[in-house]
Amino acid sequence: MIGAGRTKQYANVLDKPLSKGRQEVSLSAFSFLFSEIVQYNQTQVDNIAELERRLEDAGYAVGARVLELLCHREKGNRRETRLLGILSFVHSTVWKVLFGKVADSLEKGTEHEDEYMISENELLVNRFISVPKDMGAFNCGAFVAGIVKGVLDGAGFPAVVTAHFVPMEQQQRPRTTILIKFAEEVLRREAKLG
Amino acid sequence: MQNAELFTLTYGAIVRQLLTDLEDVDEVNKQLDQMGYNIGIRLIDEFLAKSNVSRCVNFKETAEVIAKVGFKMFLGITATVTNWDVDGSSCSLVLEDNPLVDFVELPDMCQGLYYCNVLSGVIRGALEMVSMKTEVTWVRDMLRGDDAYELRLKLLKQVPEEYPYKDDE
Repeated sequence: MIGAGRTKQYANVLDKPLSKGRQEVSLSAFSFLFSEIVQYNQTQVDNIAELERRLEDAGYAVGARVLELLCHREKGNRRETRLLGILSFVHSTVWKVLFGKVADSLEKGTEHEDEYMISENELLVNRFISVPKDMGAFNCGAFVAGIVKGVLDGAGFPAVVTAHFVPMEQQQRPRTTILIKFAEEVLRREAKLG
Repeated sequence: MQNAELFTLTYGAIVRQLLTDLEDVDEVNKQLDQMGYNIGIRLIDEFLAKSNVSRCVNFKETAEVIAKVGFKMFLGITATVTNWDVDGSSCSLVLEDNPLVDFVELPDMCQGLYYCNVLSGVIRGALEMVSMKTEVTWVRDMLRGDDAYELRLKLLKQVPEEYPYKDDE
């Protein structure tokens, strides 16, 4: 048998020790892969809304797993149960692991009680993307919106999450805002908890 | 650099999407290979621009460069080149580590799936852009119960560079 490498074989994926999450790949490896995801999904849809929905679905699957992984590894098997707690978990813990930094801002919507916004000046998935004119307001951030939705849903905070471009005065490219609109029951429960 | 977990989970998401859409593991294998090919033909430019490697004199050197420089640059891992055939036209790349498969286990319905098929496509695509037609296949795959991740790399044809290049009509 020749050089079986360092990788050890485990009968079951759960026997394998959990990685510390310090392994890295190149930024372009991710970007190439993401570009393929967008291109593939484009072949499966007829319109922009559907494309965004499919990207969101892909992200959702990532988010659900991220929640489980991070609660276990970063939070000692504890999960946030309060609204602000889970939001700051997304804004700080999740963002830091996935994107290497905390998100640029977390704000409460001014017009609606149930809306929160996480904004990023240069979101990873939009970094190498230029949207053709005929694709209107299409935003690849739908993938990240899906991740956020996956985390929130999994944690018991169902919400509608969408990604939007917001033009900024100080910079050429618009920033991406992830808009989170919580379900009614979440706010009711939160009010009860006081 | 970018955290490998987002990469791993994102790759998992695409494989899952393909399985749902295409409902056939052979088709999924094909599509993953095609995606890899698409990536490979673009990735080679970045590789040549950033790696500072000089022209490889033969296929043996090419394989070494892929294993030691290419894998390192994009996935942060290296591979061992072994099992050369007599005329030096095919060899095996044994991966020392594989960031694609963290958290992954193949369910029974996916036994025919080459989960990492994107990698073979990447190598094939990249080599095609530097005039080498190759065939890249998985020989061993730990997700399928083998003891390592091993890719078989076979040089089919060295395409001579055509000169002068034709301008676009």
